[in-house]
Amino acid sequence: MKKLLLWVPLLVFAGLVALAMHGLYRPNDPTIRSALVGKPLPALTLEPMLPSKPGLALGENPGGEPRLVNVFASWCVPCIAEAPQLMRLKQEGVAIDAIAIRDTGPAIARFLAEHGDPYRRIGDDPRSAVQLALGSSGVPETFVIDAQGRIAMQHIGAITEGDVPRILAALEAAR
Amino acid sequence: MIAEAGLAALWLAAALALLQLVLAGLGLWMGRGARSTNNVRPELVEGRPSASTGVSLDGSGSPSTSSGQTDGSERAATAAQLIAGVRPVAIVQGLLAALSFVLLILLFIRSDMSVVLVAQNSHSAKPLMYKIAGAWGNHEGSMLLWVTVLAIAGGAIAIIERRLNEATLVATMAAQAAIALGFYAFLLIASNPFARLNPAASEGAGLNPLLQDPGLAFHPPTLYFGYVGLSVAFSFAVGALVMRDVGPAFARAMRPWVLGAWIFLTIGITAGSYWAYYELGWGGWWFWDPVENASLMPWLAATALLHSVTVLATRDGLRSWTIMLAVVAFSMSMIGTFLVRSGILTSVHAFAVDPSRGSFILALLILYIGGALVLFGWRIGSVKQGSTFELVSREGGLIFNNLLLSVILGIVLIGTLYPIVAQAMGTQLSVGPPFFNKTTAPIALLLMLGMAVGPMIRWRRDEGKELIGRMAAPIAVALAGLVAVFVIAPDTAILPLLGLGFAFGLAVASVAPLWKRNLRRTPLFTYGMVVAHLGVAVSVAGMASEAAFTQEKLVAVRVGQVTQVGPYSVVLEGIKPAVGPNWSALEGRLRVQRGDAAPFIMGPQSRFFSAPPTVTSEAAIETVFDGQLYTVLGQPDGEGRWQLRLWWKPFVTLIWLGGMLIGLGGLLSLIGRVVRERRIPNRMAAA
Repeated sequence: MKKLLLWVPLLVFAGLVALAMHGLYRPNDPTIRSALVGKPLPALTLEPMLPSKPGLALGENPGGEPRLVNVFASWCVPCIAEAPQLMRLKQEGVAIDAIAIRDTGPAIARFLAEHGDPYRRIGDDPRSAVQLALGSSGVPETFVIDAQGRIAMQHIGAITEGDVPRILAALEAAR
Repeated sequence: MIAEAGLAALWLAAALALLQLVLAGLGLWMGRGARSTNNVRPELVEGRPSASTGVSLDGSGSPSTSSGQTDGSERAATAAQLIAGVRPVAIVQGLLAALSFVLLILLFIRSDMSVVLVAQNSHSAKPLMYKIAGAWGNHEGSMLLWVTVLAIAGGAIAIIERRLNEATLVATMAAQAAIALGFYAFLLIASNPFARLNPAASEGAGLNPLLQDPGLAFHPPTLYFGYVGLSVAFSFAVGALVMRDVGPAFARAMRPWVLGAWIFLTIGITAGSYWAYYELGWGGWWFWDPVENASLMPWLAATALLHSVTVLATRDGLRSWTIMLAVVAFSMSMIGTFLVRSGILTSVHAFAVDPSRGSFILALLILYIGGALVLFGWRIGSVKQGSTFELVSREGGLIFNNLLLSVILGIVLIGTLYPIVAQAMGTQLSVGPPFFNKTTAPIALLLMLGMAVGPMIRWRRDEGKELIGRMAAPIAVALAGLVAVFVIAPDTAILPLLGLGFAFGLAVASVAPLWKRNLRRTPLFTYGMVVAHLGVAVSVAGMASEAAFTQEKLVAVRVGQVTQVGPYSVVLEGIKPAVGPNWSALEGRLRVQRGDAAPFIMGPQSRFFSAPPTVTSEAAIETVFDGQLYTVLGQPDGEGRWQLRLWWKPFVTLIWLGGMLIGLGGLLSLIGRVVRERRIPNRMAAA
C-alpha cells in the first residue's frame, strides 16, 4: 500500500501533462457561443421581410413542434452554399424560420428565387439587433428550437451535407 | 559580431553542460564498480549495479580521495579523474552563460536593430535603464537569464560546497547540468535570442510601457533567482536520491539554496504585488491571475520545504517528505513557466503565445519532473526512515504547517488549472478571486494558528497543558483585538474580522520565543524566524484592514467640484499636459485636504506612449501613517467632466511592509545559518 502511494505524485503529474497536451494541441476554436443555449428564446417580434410571408415572433411557439431558426442574408456567400441543405431539411418536413440580417426585400426575393425557398416565415432584422440578442455573431447560423421554445443547439457557420443528420437528430431529440 | 559571440558562448556553455553531465555520470558509474572491489562483499564486483553497491559508496567518504590513493585500481583512478573534472567544467559553464547574457545586454544598450530581439523589444529613445531591462523583458531574453542564473548557481555550488559527500555532490551537479542542458537546447533550437534581422530595422518597436517601471524592471529577475534556487534544491534532491544519501548533511547543503530561493520569491511576489497595485491603476493588490498564481505556488511549496528541510537538518526526520517537497517546489516553478509561456492560459500578462515553444517546455517538464518522480517512487522506499517523534512536538507542528501549505497549494493549482479542464470538457469559464478568497482564507487562518503555536513547542515531545499556558498571552491579545475591532466597526465581515484578531495574536506569539532569553546569545536564525512570522502577522493585518475598511468613489466631476472619500476631500483644480522621455500625458491637478490639515496637490496621469501606441493610467498615491489615498484619472465624458476613481485604503501598506519583513526574516536566517555552519564545520545536529 505504502509502495503504491509513492507513485501517486507521478500519476497526478501524468494527469497534468495530459491536460496540458490537450490544451496545447486543441484546435483553436475562436467561435463565440450563445449564452442562450438551453434557455428559452427571447420574446422578440420581427416585421415581415417579404409581403408574401409572415414575420417572426420568437417567443411564441406555433404548433409546439421543434423547428429551426436560420440567421441568413442575401449578401452572405456561405448562405448560398448552405441553401441546398436547408431545402433538403425542408423536404424532410422540418419547419424553418428565418431572420434576415441587414437586408432588403427585393434582394431576399432574388436570393430565394435563385437558391430555393425553404422558409416558413422570414423576419426582418435591419440592424442585427435581434441577432445580437440571440447571441449570434455571424451569418449563417442556425438555432434548433425544441418543442418548449428553448434553444436546444446552436450551429455556427454554414450547414454542410455532413451536418444534416446531426441537425435532424437534434430536432428529433428536441421533441 | 557581438550577437555572434553571444551565440557562440551559448553553444559552448551548452557543450560544457553536456560534458559535465557525461563526466559526472561516467565517473560515478566507474567509481561505483571500482569501489566494490574494496567492498566487504566481493560477489558484487562484476556487472551488478545493485542497490547494495550503491549504498556502499556513500557514507564512506569521497571516491576522489579514498579510491585514488588507497585503491590502486586503474578504473578507480580514471573515475576520480573524471569526477575531478566536474567542478571546473561547471564553473566555466557558468562564466560562459554569464558572458552570453552580458553580450545580450550590450546589444540592447547599443540599440543594435540588426538583432530581431532588440528590434522587437527596444527603442533607441528609451531611457538606459529600460534598455537594459528590455534584455529580459521578453521571452528569449528571460529564458537566457533563467539559464544564466542556473549555470552561475551550478558554478557557485562547485566553488562553495565542500562538506557534502563528494559522490552526492557530483550527482547533484549532474542533475544541475541536465536541467541546464534542456534549457540551452530550448534557447538554441526554439528561441534564439541572438537571431539577426536582415535588413536591419530602422527603429525598434519599444518595450511594453507597462514594463517601463523600475519595479518591473527588477521584478522578473528576482522571481527567476527564486525559481533557479529551487532548481538547485531539486538537483540536490535528485543527487541524494541517486546516491541514496538522504540525511542531515544533504539537508544542510540544500537549506541555504532553499532559503535563498524563498527570499527571492518572497521579495519578487511582494514587489510584483505592489507594482500591480500602483501601476495598473485598478486599486487592488492581488487578483489570483494565473501568472500571479504561477509565482505563488512555488512559494507555498518552498515555504513548506523550508520548514521540513530544517526538521531533516536538525532532527533527521521527514526524509521522504522533504525530497518530495523539493521535487514539487521545482515542479511548480516549471509548471509556472510553462503556463506563462505556452499560451494555454489566457492571462493579463501571458506573453509568447506559441504552441511550439509550449511543446518544448512541456517536453522538458515531462523529462525532469516525470523523471524525478519516477526516481522518487523507485528509490525512496529504500531510504531509511529518519528519527521519530511524538504528535505534540515541534516536528508535529511543522507537519501541520506543511499539510496546510500543501492544501492551499492544491487549491491554487486546481483553481488555476480548472479553466483548462473545463475547456477540455467544452465549457468556457474562469475561476476568479471569489473562489480563491473563500477557499484559501479559512486555511490561511488555521495556518496562522499553527505559526503561533509551532515555535513554542519543544522538539520531539511536549506537554499539551504547558503549551496552553504558553499560549495564554497571544490568545488574550487576539480576543482583545477581536472585541476592539467589533466595537469600532460592528459591520466588519467575518473573515477580515478573524484575520485582524489572528494577526494581533500571531504578532504577540511571534515575538514570544525571544521572551526571557539572553537576547545577545540568541542565534541570528531565531531572530529570522521571529521577524518572518511577525511579517506574516503584519501582512495579514494589512490584507484584513484593506478588505474591511476600503472606501471607493467613482465620480465624474467638473473642475472645482468637491468629492469626499474616507477622511479626505478632493477637488479637481484642472487638467494640464505633461511630458516624459518617451510619453506625453494629461495630468489632473487634485487639491486634497484631510480635516483641517494643510491641503496638498496630487497629480494622477493618463499617459500616452507612442511606440507602441498605448495609454496607461499613472495613479497618484498619497501614503500616510494609517493608509493610502489612491487616485486615478479616467476619461473625459465630452461635457466637461472627468472621471475620477478614488480609494481610501486604511493600513494597506502593511501588506507589503509585512512581505518585506518576511523576506528580511529569511535573510537573517540565511546569514545565521551560513555563519553557524562555517563556525561549526562538522557538527551533525546544529539546531
